[in-house]
Amino acid sequence: MAALSVNHLLGIQYLTNEDIELIFKTADQFKDVLNRPIKKVPSLRDITIANLFFENSTRTRISFELAEKRLSADIVNFSASTSSTKKGETLIDTVNNILAMKVDMVVMRHASPGACVFLSKHIDAQIVNAGDGTHEHPTQALLDAYSMREKLKLTDFKGLRVAILGDITHSRVALSNIFCLKKLGAEVLLCGPPTLIPKHIEALGVRVTHNVKEALNWCDVANVLRIQLERQDIKYFPSLREYSLYYGVNKELLDNLNKKITIMHPGPINRGVELSSDAADSDQSIILQQVENGVAIRMAVLYLLAEKAKRV
Amino acid sequence: MQPRVILDTPQFALTIDRLCYQLIENHNDFTDAVLIGVQPRGTFLSNRIYQRLQQLQPGLKLDYGKLDITFYRDDFRRRETPLAASETELDFSIEGKKVVLVDDVLYTGRTIRAAMDALLDFGRPQRVELLTLIDRRFTRHLPIEANYVGKKIDSIASEIVRVEWHDQDGADKVWILTVNKDN
Repeated sequence: MAALSVNHLLGIQYLTNEDIELIFKTADQFKDVLNRPIKKVPSLRDITIANLFFENSTRTRISFELAEKRLSADIVNFSASTSSTKKGETLIDTVNNILAMKVDMVVMRHASPGACVFLSKHIDAQIVNAGDGTHEHPTQALLDAYSMREKLKLTDFKGLRVAILGDITHSRVALSNIFCLKKLGAEVLLCGPPTLIPKHIEALGVRVTHNVKEALNWCDVANVLRIQLERQDIKYFPSLREYSLYYGVNKELLDNLNKKITIMHPGPINRGVELSSDAADSDQSIILQQVENGVAIRMAVLYLLAEKAKRV
Repeated sequence: MQPRVILDTPQFALTIDRLCYQLIENHNDFTDAVLIGVQPRGTFLSNRIYQRLQQLQPGLKLDYGKLDITFYRDDFRRRETPLAASETELDFSIEGKKVVLVDDVLYTGRTIRAAMDALLDFGRPQRVELLTLIDRRFTRHLPIEANYVGKKIDSIASEIVRVEWHDQDGADKVWILTVNKDN
């Protein structure tokens, strides 16, 4: 069957392994489309998509917008800073008003965890979660796993060792990545200061270390996350300089390993904090490939969900 | 009605040979010609045609590709069972070329309409021709006809035509089956 088991992409936790495999296979074909002279297919001609970004974003919004345009969908953009939400309108009212203008799908980023799940229970449109607070960021996890599959030419994730380093507590990318990688059969190790690793996270089937060298020595792929200062209401570590000293990844650390690991980062990078420039720009880094694959993965997700949208 | 064979293995081989000779007749040494099979099942036929042409004209230089049309179909979101996309392999330019599109069965013509749309996104060919093994007459939804036809048959909508391939199904054969609505 070439259909997803879900009607919305709310989080990786709701997907089956077959769904993930189908998204990857479809993305392979879209990646090919993106390398053609005309980088566009007419599949979503009759679909209108609203991009609702209640929280700031550059990469994800542009990536979704491009994916939608490459599929020939009509799009409307919304960002909270210039809208009526400032006047006190509720989320459901905002979305229902937009849907009243005949919109079929909604791509939403919101600062509240669970905003997309909540919305999916109240409105009649396909919803794609583009990040909800500290909960999930499913398309990022999909494109991360897809980039690993591509870089390491994996047919199977079993036995793959992935370390996720940094601010785990405030990271939706970390949570979606954990769900995705565990589903696919990879081993996951989390590494960061004790204040930035949630208690009882081992219940998700991951290991925790506080030693960066140990994590890098163990893994095949290191996914380095950004320190999310905007979500940190208290001090979780003494200074960025100290964080960088104990938990930052640099070229020297990588060169002292007895193997060549792959470095990933979901962006935006705080250069010199969690990742040094020489490591971010080295040939071990696949950061720009992640961005490239993001468009293909988002095309696949939108294409497969459009199948579920109300028929004409 | 019982399934019936409309092309058995010897006839099948003869038909492939005839189609190849017709191509040679029109294209001589295939200067500026390219052969493109439509995914998924048209590529079984195009593989066979390509192999046979190589045997008939040793040293033949002919660009051969495969085209997936899933994203160009007009029945997206209207099918009961969604289709999975296949691979497109076109590592040459079709600009100014004489394209021979290959599909196994020509029925409503909608697949070929989608294939032509997909093809034009790769460039502007000088000419597009269509080669098909089976032409189901009087069933077209669009004004599309094939230039090279293996066999023309008359069939009704409740029947399906199944093309079996040696590599895939054990023998080269073409069947007509009646769809059993009870299943």
